[in-house]
Amino acid sequence: MKTNRIWSWLFVALAVLYFVLPLIGTLEFSMKMRRGTYSFDAYAAVLSDPRFQQTFTFSVLMALATIVVGVLLVVPTAYWVRLKLPQWRPFVEFITLLPLVIPPIVIVFGYIRLYNTSSWLPLTGSAMGTNILLMFGYVVLALPFMYRAVDTGLRAIDVRTMTEAAQSLGAGWVTILARIILPNVAVAVLSGAFLTFAIVIGEFVMAALLSRPAFGPYMQLLGANRAYEPAALAVIAFGITWLCMGLIQLVSRFSRIPNAGH
Amino acid sequence: MSLAWLGILPFLLFSLLFLILPTMKIVVGSFQDSTGAFTLSNIVNLFQPSILAAYWISIRISLASAFLGCLIGFLVTWAFVLGGLPGWIRSPLLTFSGVASNFAGVPLAFAFLATFGRVGLVTLILRDWFGINIYALGFNLLSFGGLTLTYLFFQVPLAILIMTPALDGMRREWREAAAILGASGVQYWRMVAFPILWPSLLGTFALLFANSFGAVATAYALTGSSLSIVPILLFAQIRGDVLQDPHLGYALAFGMIVVTGIANGIYIWLRARSERWIK
Repeated sequence: MKTNRIWSWLFVALAVLYFVLPLIGTLEFSMKMRRGTYSFDAYAAVLSDPRFQQTFTFSVLMALATIVVGVLLVVPTAYWVRLKLPQWRPFVEFITLLPLVIPPIVIVFGYIRLYNTSSWLPLTGSAMGTNILLMFGYVVLALPFMYRAVDTGLRAIDVRTMTEAAQSLGAGWVTILARIILPNVAVAVLSGAFLTFAIVIGEFVMAALLSRPAFGPYMQLLGANRAYEPAALAVIAFGITWLCMGLIQLVSRFSRIPNAGH
Repeated sequence: MSLAWLGILPFLLFSLLFLILPTMKIVVGSFQDSTGAFTLSNIVNLFQPSILAAYWISIRISLASAFLGCLIGFLVTWAFVLGGLPGWIRSPLLTFSGVASNFAGVPLAFAFLATFGRVGLVTLILRDWFGINIYALGFNLLSFGGLTLTYLFFQVPLAILIMTPALDGMRREWREAAAILGASGVQYWRMVAFPILWPSLLGTFALLFANSFGAVATAYALTGSSLSIVPILLFAQIRGDVLQDPHLGYALAFGMIVVTGIANGIYIWLRARSERWIK
């Protein structure tokens, strides 16, 4: 067993080296903007760029809208499938897993062809319509994670008994969903929401092909034209991802459901 | 006739409009000519050298990053699940894997440019401290090897996340039972552990394959359009019809669905097999 442990430490140490080096490299590079000394000039340049503020705000709003629509779509569906339609479960699960099979670039290609200005539903004809289309695209991307998180959350509670108890007290469907089911799967919903946020905030392909002023295309554009600012952006983006995952851990700790996020 | 299915009508409508129909549009379009009549010529046209080369390099990068991702992910997972490491190491490793597997796209490309690019940290350290100029030795971040190295940053953590439950299911008793019957370490791995684990190993492989095959953002931010892999070719095609044949674009996308579909089909099939062991 002694040699085993030496190998184990070796593998983990090599992996840590591989994962830490790019982070150190990026951090170091992002601080080299001023010649001969370390500074936060690149960060100042990025943060004061009005296009950074605009695109970042756009993507944050997009992520929040995606989360709201995703929750409104997924929670009632997962609840209803558990309560009334157990025979539909494999089918619904299959659909929610499809976005992992069909690459996002193909899905957005389909949107462009299906919802162009000469189609029956010309969503890409206006800025608002395109925003809505992009948001629906993000809901699709988030679907596998959101559905699995919520479904795991529902598994831990007795959906049927809660529903019947609420009904016998005179509650309608909206009341049951909003005041009984949602609070009971709040931790799972939050896990899914933070993961969705992390995915949407830096998403590139869909936003670029629908020509929306989102954070992902902005980062790409900056990367093609600048040297040090992209490294600063990478550090910021890594921080955001880390924050989202940390929040998932934090909310999971307050619940009995282990690992609702994955 | 029960009307209970009406409860998931919004979900069905949503997935029809924004997932199924857009995909069907691409699939159908790849079997149509510009007048809308049925044809196989788009599919046939995929078999021209430049497009085949794009598929080939995409498949090679996906195979390499999936294989190495599985191998490294397996070794690391084995190390902290079964390798006798202290227990505190597990939680931070898994949390970090959750972060890194989601840290893909444009910022990942920046991170690797800042580290392994021509003036990146590792490049400079190797050159100034060890006298090794990796670029003179033929390394290029904007190439097959460079892209594979970059993709491993999200592939390895994903492999760790998927394999941890499988390796958690390996009982200590199995190893002890094998040892009592006189099995050596190699025999235990060859005849007990590996046959149990191989469906989840291959399943992980299939998922990682599809994961890197569909990735656009990292490669695009890293290489622009200088490296002609399928997703980047499709990206350029959607933006500006570089193939000068819209329906060939459909066929290109259809080919991507076929490849990732096969990879995921294998994954689903193998997962069903591997879960028979995890009770």
